[in-house]
Amino acid sequence: MIAEAGLAALWLATGFALMQVMLAWGAAKGAVQGTGEVVLKALRRVAILQGLLALTAFGLLIALFVQSDMSVKLVVENSHSMKPLIYKIAGAWGNHEGSMLLWVTVLASAGAGVALFEKRLPQGTLAATLGAQAAIAIGFYAFLAFASNPFVRVSPAPLDGRGLNPLLQDPGLAFHPPTLYLGYVGLSVAFSFAVGALLMRDVGPAFARAMRPWVLGAWIFLTIGITAGSYWAYYELGWGGWWFWDPVENASLMPWLAATALLHSVTVLATRDGLRAWTVMLAVVAFSMSMIGTFLVRSGILVSVHAFAVDPTRGGFILALLGIYIGGALALFGARIGTVKQGATFELVSREGALVLNNLLLTVILGVVFIGTLYPLVAQAAGVQLSIGAPFFEKSAVPVGLALVAATACGPLLKWRRDQWNTLFGKLLAPVGVGGIAFALVFALGGARWMPALALGLAAGLAVASVLPLVRRNLRRTPLHIYGMVVAHLGIAVSIAGMAADSAFKTERLAAISVGQNVTVGPYRVELLEVRPVVGDNWSAVEAHLKASRTGDEPLDLFPQQRFFANPPTNTNEAAIATLFDGQLYTVIGQGDGQGRWQLRLWWKPFVTLIWLGGALIALGGLLALVGRVRRERRAETEE
Amino acid sequence: MKPKHQRLVLALLALGAILGASALAMSALKDQAAFFYAPGDVRGKPLPLDRHVRLGGMVEKGSLVRAADGVSIRFVVTDGAAKVPVAFRGVTPDLFKEGAGVVAEGQFQSDGSFVADNILAKHDERYMPPQAAGNMHETKTLEQ
Repeated sequence: MIAEAGLAALWLATGFALMQVMLAWGAAKGAVQGTGEVVLKALRRVAILQGLLALTAFGLLIALFVQSDMSVKLVVENSHSMKPLIYKIAGAWGNHEGSMLLWVTVLASAGAGVALFEKRLPQGTLAATLGAQAAIAIGFYAFLAFASNPFVRVSPAPLDGRGLNPLLQDPGLAFHPPTLYLGYVGLSVAFSFAVGALLMRDVGPAFARAMRPWVLGAWIFLTIGITAGSYWAYYELGWGGWWFWDPVENASLMPWLAATALLHSVTVLATRDGLRAWTVMLAVVAFSMSMIGTFLVRSGILVSVHAFAVDPTRGGFILALLGIYIGGALALFGARIGTVKQGATFELVSREGALVLNNLLLTVILGVVFIGTLYPLVAQAAGVQLSIGAPFFEKSAVPVGLALVAATACGPLLKWRRDQWNTLFGKLLAPVGVGGIAFALVFALGGARWMPALALGLAAGLAVASVLPLVRRNLRRTPLHIYGMVVAHLGIAVSIAGMAADSAFKTERLAAISVGQNVTVGPYRVELLEVRPVVGDNWSAVEAHLKASRTGDEPLDLFPQQRFFANPPTNTNEAAIATLFDGQLYTVIGQGDGQGRWQLRLWWKPFVTLIWLGGALIALGGLLALVGRVRRERRAETEE
Repeated sequence: MKPKHQRLVLALLALGAILGASALAMSALKDQAAFFYAPGDVRGKPLPLDRHVRLGGMVEKGSLVRAADGVSIRFVVTDGAAKVPVAFRGVTPDLFKEGAGVVAEGQFQSDGSFVADNILAKHDERYMPPQAAGNMHETKTLEQ
């Protein structure tokens, strides 16, 4: 019964979404004529109901997984009654249909959120926004109903399910997709706001202020999702890398780049009423990138470790949806952009100028990543098989990224409207000095290649520059969003320092040794004490006991494993990682050669943890800014 | 600056950014796109010696030889039409075994052999060369 109830909830939600579009039409029309209060009230309620129904459908799917209801096809294919509870729940979205249901649930809930919380927007714009949000939802409801129904039953029901891919059985990964989806789909609100503002010819600071918290919220979740995903790939896949420029990783990076640009251009629009058309365009691009990302991952068109779906009809369906929504939004943009009045202008040497530069550089990086991710697809259509790997992105995106770091250091030091070169140079003395010293030290004494050394120097400079806005201010009276900016920019510096340190100074050892022998990696001497079989709850493994020692420290015990899962039959490598104050020792056990020797892969990675610490700081900065902005808005409301 | 001028400047900058991105991407693509070959594709043809490529096929049964250091291997990739000997130093992915599909990344040598710096193994046992870029795990190597 639960499955049927879930499907019914989905259909009801679809009905309400249709109603929402019509009511939005009425309310927007009414707003123009000065009536429509009643319709808007009804519209808000319908949007909230639609969100609740989608949540109900998703909740029921989770219930089916928790109960291990083997009469439901999705549960059979992705779960097993013996799985730990957390993975039963995560199994609900660890597959194509469930993840699409999660997608549309977040979409509908975001629409409900706008209906609940948005008080200050003009009626018409709010109505058009809710209508646009419902219009997006309808397409994805149709996709679920016609191409990937999660509630399909099987008959006769098998005794038990096939289990979940062991690679996905990890607490961090269990919550990775929901986090990313909150980010992806949070951007749908920005998209709907942009469409609403275009329809009602209402692009201006008020619209930017309404959109900003949603963009910030989505961006925080994307930041957390990408950071966590990177760490998961690092410790779960056992390759010692933290970013592979894999299409699926790029699929999450592209919306983040667009959202970062949008975050900064929205600020210009809200504060100075500039960059009107550009901000609207970016809002469309950001959500388009989310949809393209979803398409790439869910259509199975790109091959990767994480893509589950391989079904051309589904891919075609999502592609059609993409065409309708992105094409429609761009057509609307083209038709209406002429009516968007010229915003305020500014001098090039100013905070706005720096933000424009930020947007340009982010757009370039986005373009490069986009081309690098999709080019193999285009080539394949033309009959050429090729792949584009990390070297491409390192050559093209990374230098632009480093230029962006330099711009990030300058931006917050500039005044709005106009500033002088001389004052900027004066303020930059300290950061440039520190960065220069860091570069010289690393390059000359550390013997690093010049690119990582340059990155380390820039990171050091940015770290100093990012806290300068707090100098000589009353710290207690400084608004929270300034702290947010400082912390986020500091996070960028920390993260880049980690990336550069890892690529400049990591050492790798690969050896085959017997029990009792040892190898050295970086400052460590690693001895293989024992290799033994171990058994877990749904796997068995070969486990090595390593003792790693360096002068002046307690010796470390590490237990890397090579695991075998019976159902589905797979091998995974469980790296053993020791985190120390100055880096990580990363150990992986490979195969035995049958004569008592075992392959070991060892890395010493100085300061690699800074990468994810920086990511956490960036997200924290976003959170501070969000809290600060929302509190300000609330205060402004009560004063009205 | 007049508003009109400013809009023009911004539009030009945006255009420059897009062109710059494309130029960057294209120049990097020239060097860095790894084309895909099966052993039959290179038989009797000049070898692409100057670039990083992918070689896909089956690991021929009985061809896998492990060196004394325990981490270097040699094996033969075949697609039924031709064979290419491959040398690799590193840890092979879990799914790499004789008779299974494999994709090796690396460079052809002038003697017709192939030195891999990366081995991608395929999940699917029923491997067919044309879809050789299918589901795989990557394994990184020492040089990177």
